[in-house]
Formats: sequence, structure tokens, C-alpha cells
Amino acid sequence: MSKAKLKVREPLTDTQLLMTITICIFIVMYGLAMLIFGGGFLRTQQIFDILNDNASLIIVSCGLTIVMIGGGIDISVGAVTSLVVMSCVMFYNRTGNMVLAALLAIGIGLAFGLIQGALISFLDIQPFIVTLAGMFFARGMTTILSVNPQKLPTETMDKLAGIKIEIPWLGYVANNGNVIPARMEIGVVVALLVVIAVFVLLQFGSLGRNFYAIGGNQTSALMLGINVKKTRFMSYVICGLLSGISGFVFMMHTGAGNATNAAGMEMNAIASSIIGGTLLTGGVGNVIGTFFGTLTLKTISKIVVTSGLNDPWWQSITTGGMLCFFILLQSIVLGRRAKKKK
Amino acid sequence: MQENVLLQMRNIDKSFPGVHALNNVDFTLRKGEIHALMGENGAGKSTLIKVLTGVYQMEKGEIKVEGNKISIHSPQDAQNKGISTVYQEITLCPNLTVAENMFIGRDKKSFINSKARIKRANEILNKLGIPARGSQILGNCSLAIQQMVAIARAVDMNCKVLILDEPTSSLDDKEVNMLFSLMRDLKSRGVGIIFVTHFLEQVYEVSDRITVLRNGELVGEYLTEELPQVELVSKMIGKELEELSSLGESDEKQSAEGEVFYEAHGLSSSEALPFDFSIKKGEVNGFTGLLGSGRSESVRAIFGADKVGGGTVKIKGKKVSITKPVDAMRHGIGYLAEDRKRDGIIAELSVRENIILALQVMNGMFKPISRSEAEAFADEYIKVLNIKTASRETPVGSLSGGNQQKVILARWLLTHPDYLILDEPTRGIDVGTKLEIQKLVLKLAEEGVSVTFISSEIEEMLRTCSRLIVMRDRHIVGELKGKDLNQTQVMKTIAGGEA
Repeated sequence: MSKAKLKVREPLTDTQLLMTITICIFIVMYGLAMLIFGGGFLRTQQIFDILNDNASLIIVSCGLTIVMIGGGIDISVGAVTSLVVMSCVMFYNRTGNMVLAALLAIGIGLAFGLIQGALISFLDIQPFIVTLAGMFFARGMTTILSVNPQKLPTETMDKLAGIKIEIPWLGYVANNGNVIPARMEIGVVVALLVVIAVFVLLQFGSLGRNFYAIGGNQTSALMLGINVKKTRFMSYVICGLLSGISGFVFMMHTGAGNATNAAGMEMNAIASSIIGGTLLTGGVGNVIGTFFGTLTLKTISKIVVTSGLNDPWWQSITTGGMLCFFILLQSIVLGRRAKKKK
Repeated sequence: MQENVLLQMRNIDKSFPGVHALNNVDFTLRKGEIHALMGENGAGKSTLIKVLTGVYQMEKGEIKVEGNKISIHSPQDAQNKGISTVYQEITLCPNLTVAENMFIGRDKKSFINSKARIKRANEILNKLGIPARGSQILGNCSLAIQQMVAIARAVDMNCKVLILDEPTSSLDDKEVNMLFSLMRDLKSRGVGIIFVTHFLEQVYEVSDRITVLRNGELVGEYLTEELPQVELVSKMIGKELEELSSLGESDEKQSAEGEVFYEAHGLSSSEALPFDFSIKKGEVNGFTGLLGSGRSESVRAIFGADKVGGGTVKIKGKKVSITKPVDAMRHGIGYLAEDRKRDGIIAELSVRENIILALQVMNGMFKPISRSEAEAFADEYIKVLNIKTASRETPVGSLSGGNQQKVILARWLLTHPDYLILDEPTRGIDVGTKLEIQKLVLKLAEEGVSVTFISSEIEEMLRTCSRLIVMRDRHIVGELKGKDLNQTQVMKTIAGGEA
């Protein structure tokens, strides 16, 4: 009897449902782009380009997803990323040691996570305010480090550019008959590893499940014996750490530090999480969804550019539209579900 | 006898600023016993429970579990020492699975084997006969099941003392029975259960023993079978029996002969089917029927609380349009919502602010009520309705349920309504306050206010209403008055037997 019971298929959870919707929409959208625009969209390199350009956004979005599942928000992630890029470039230019630069990146990210997390969790200050302050602070620090853009030496840039993974069977044959392999930057590998690690943490880790618990109902989580403060603290620490990693990946991609780096990245990360099915109210979300959320967001941008609307505001407008569309879709889907339950 | 004692609380003392909440209270729980803890609001039940669960620290006294003196510092600490509580408001996470809710926060492993958890959860649920699966999302289960999952969690944590705090207030009869059989099962396994409830019938149905508290003091401990219900009530409210029963007889409810105040033909809303309804000046009538029969929906339609569908409404013979609550209020209609937490009180605001709320809305934004005026109003009604609050500036959220209800009542009385709709005004509040509210309803009617009263307790309706409208499956199926107003007749009409 208990076996028969085990075989009952449970309906999709809200998290799974929203994620499935996002993945489906992404596939349909990409398929349509292939049909309508052809060209670049028919080559796998198009996807890899999107990934190459947005590896750091994916990493930051993962961190933000964790914080949002726990019912919080962190808007300092873009500014921290920018600070890390600037610091790492300047540090490398002085010391020439890339390993230490990577450790510096992680250190800065962790420091922001620890301090912001402590203020939010142990002193009970609104996360929006704390991370807003963190954002201004990090942006200010970046400018203090250098008003002018700082570049890595050319030979280092070349070296970094050389670390690429080439996948010949996903490439295409150029006009002159040469096979051009698909190229994936090392940052993408890091991003994918982060996605997998965060997925495992959220799905199977005690800490990960505790994030869902405090986001679902904080009082209940407390009554269930979960250390709510520590759990919330950890969500910001992990988010900070990922901002640090994101900064380092950003640097490997661009090779230059600039005070305006990663401007608006936090908003893109929030948008990615939401499109991927993470609710701002907490307790619902999934990092795989976030991954596809980023892809959806950036594919739309690609489509906009391809259709000749090159001005930057078109991208903002479509991003806004997308966000509205997904939020509307989510509230309709979840609303109908709730009604059915009754 | 003595070795059977599971939990002993002796000489417990606890004070709050201005209130001596517990005064030298003893409480004893034996193995395999369901022990009802009874008392009015403010009697000290909640305080006693909170001392036992480590939410409050007692000032004097001692707690022994199985003969060993213990001290309890926090709810977690209490759980570890075998004392678990299941609260009225479910304290589980609705977005997690049943199995997760049963095990989260308990083991210290970094990674979870969710298959093993679900299997283990299913075993426990099966053993206890709880119809749920470990893999279900908790939020998809009914409230009753959620409560049982909370109990299952407690049982699996080897709880010896299980405290059920108003577990039945949001359950229907079938679910209550399910819960009771689970309670009896646990009892046979030797768990001691402390059962806190306002439903007297339920106390007599499941409990073995009753401890009564009043005003922070112990009144006594009784065997349930030896304590008649009427006596229990009188012990709880500390009034003599005659006074209690006199209320039942004194109201020679004359059907008011006055003019018709409110009249509706074919009134409907997004939630209610078309119905006809009228009430005279100074009349008290009521809607009755089972939960979900449409009684609340109908009165909400009268107040314009849901989207109005159609029909004509006349007030004092004049045709009017009521499409939203503020229209109804302008025509002198007041509405006390069923769910006071959701529709009624604003917990963070003070007693004073909550009381003047409706009057302010009616006056409009540009005629503010002065502070001194508001204070005078608040003081007056705190006195008239006997609201137990530290001061008029106390946040309403910190008052007990019955007193919150009185605050809302004061809010509407302040607007001097001609017609007051009370939807379950006495649910979840103690016997004494119930009687006070019933008396108040009758007094209002004498003063010429029309009142529509809804209550799940038919007895209470019979005591106050001169006319009962009976609903079944969202239709009005009968109207009872005069000598037809008795329990049997009401039951028959609800059930659909011929009159």
C-alpha cells in the first residue's frame, strides 16, 4: 500500500511550474528568432556569445536568487562586481599575480556579504536600505580607486583571450571551407559550475532548504527550530561571494576596470531571477529558472539588435516589457492555481 | 496514581505591567490523558501555555516532567524536553513538502536524502492514520491535514506533552472528528494532551479532565464526567447559574412592528445568488445554515463588500444604490466582518485609532476628528463595552480575541448605525464576552437599531433573533419565527426535512 502511495505523481510545485514556463518561452522565442532572422541565430556560436557576454550576470543572478528565495533583496551586487573588477585590474598591474587577484576578488565579495548580512540579519535593518548603502559605497570606492579606466597589459589580455574552450563539432564551416569551432570562454565554465553548485545547495542542502523555509514563513521557520538569523546571514554571504566571483569573471571577459562597469547589473539580475520564476515575496524560485531567465532576457536584447533597433533605449524598453509580461503571467498562473485549490 | 503524573506545574507566578497574569497556579497532567484547559479570555490560559513552552519565563514556581525538575528557556528548548505545541495558526512552511515540514530544522546533516525523508514521513503518517503523503506540498493540504502534520512532527520528536491551542476553530465537523480520533490514538500511546478550546461540546467529547482558570487563578481541576456543562460555564465566568439562564428566558423577543428599514429584491453579488431580504426597525434577525451555505456571502452583498450583481435595494422605502461599503455606511449600515484578523482590525494601530476608523471614513478626509474628541470616544466605549486593555493607546494586536472583537464593535457603534450586520461576532471568544455581546445586541434593538446576526451556534441565534433565515447550498430555504424558533425546527430546515 505504501508503495502504491509513493508512486502518486505530485502536481508541479509553484517553483517548478514557473521555471517550466520560462524554459518553454525561451525555446519558443529562440526558435522563432531562428526562423525569422536566420543568420547568426542558426549558429550555435550565437548562444555561446550570449553566454560569453553574460557569464558574470548569470553568477550574480544566482546569488540574488538565493537572497530572494530567503525573502530578501540585494541591490549592491552590480556595484560590488564593478569594485572587484577595478581592484583586481589595479592589483594585477602592481603585482602581476593573477591567483592573488582572484583571492582578492573573493575577499572583497565576502566582505560585502558578511557586513551586509550581519547588519540585515543580526541588527534587523531593512535589506533594501543596507544594500542600497552598500551599492553607493562600492560605487564610490571604485571611483576613488581610479576615475580613469584601468587596463590589463596587452600580453595578459592575449593570454586570457587564449584560454577558451573550442568545440569543433558545434562550430560551422566558413565560406573558405575552414571549420570555425564554437568558442566558449572560461568564465562560462565558472558560471555553469556556479549554477550547478547553487542548484545542488538549494535542492539537497539543509541550508538551501532552510532558505526556502525562512522565505516561505519566517515565524514558522523559527518555530520549526531553524536558526532564522544565521540562515538569512548565510544567504547574503553567499550572494556577496558570488558577486566577487562575478567581478573576476567580468575582468577576464573585458580586461579593463571602469567606474561605470556593470552599471545596472543588479537590476538585470533581479529581472533574470523574476523571469526565471523567483518570487520577490520569497520561498519560491530555482536557479535553473534563473539561468534561463538570463538567457531569455539577453536573447531578447539580441533579437532587438538584430532587427535593427540599435539604440540602447530599445533594449531597456524590451527588458521592461519582458518583465511586465512575466510578472503578469506569473500572477495569472499562480492566481488561477490558488483559486483551484479553494 | 502518583507515578502516572507526567507533568506537574506548581505555584506558577507571572506578572506583566499592570496585570497579575498567573497567581500561584497549579496544573497536573497525567500520562495518556486529554486535559482541557478552560477559562475566559484573560484567565491566564495562554500565559500558562507560554510559560510551559518557554515563550515567557515564570517568576515563581516549578515545572517537573516525570518527576524531574526542569527549566525551559525557549520553544526549541521545550521541544527538546518533550513538550510540543500545535498552534491555531499553523506554524509550518506552506511552500515546502509535508516530509520537509516534519524534519526540517531537526537533524544537523548538511545534505538531505529527500527520498528517505519522504519514506520515513509516509511511515509515520500511515501509522497515525493521517491521510497525507510526504511528497505533497503542504500548502495544497487542507488546514486540518496541516495541523495533523504538525502533530505528526511533534510525535516523531518523541513529545510526551502535546499542547493543542485552539486546534479546531477553523475546521469543519468532519475534520474535527479526524483530529479527535488522532488525539485518542495518541492518548492510547501514553502522550499527555493539553487541549485548549472555546467549544464546550468538544471538551465533553474528548477530554478526561478539565482544569479551569479565572483571572489568573486556579478555580479547580475536575473529572469531565463529574462536571455538568452548565456548572463548567459558571465556574469559568464566575457568575451564578440563575443569571446565566435568565438571559435565555428574559428576552421575550417581540417581533418589531415598526416600519421596514431595509429591503432588497433579487440582490446578488459575485459571491451570492439573487435573494430577497428585509428587516424592520429594531428587529434582530439572523442568517443560519452550515458553513458554505452562503450566509456570509449574502450579508456581504447587503453591505456591498463584494462586486454587486443586480437587484433593487430600498432603505426606508426609498430606492438606493449600494455598490461599495462606503455607500452602505453612508446609509447607516455597519458590518462586522467574519474574519476579524483579515477584514477587521488593524493590529499595529492603537485601540483609539481602530475605534474612530469607521467614523473618520464617514466624515471624509477633510473633516478630521480632533485628538481630544477621539480620546473621549475611545474612553467612553472602552468603558461601555468593558474592553480590557492597558490603555487606549495599546496596539489592538496585543489584545485578546474577545477584546479585539469589542474594539471593532465599538468602531461601528460610534457611527450610530441604523442597521448593524454582525457576522460571527462571537467566534473564538470566551463565554462571558459572548453573553455580553448577546446582551448588547438585544439592547441595541430596544433602542431601535436593526441587527442581522450570524453565528455558527444555533443556540446563540435562537437566544437573540426574532426571525431566522435558513440557507442551504446558497439558497434561502426557509424563514422561521414565533413558535417555530427552536433547535429541532432549525435543524430540520437546514437538513431539508419537511417542516
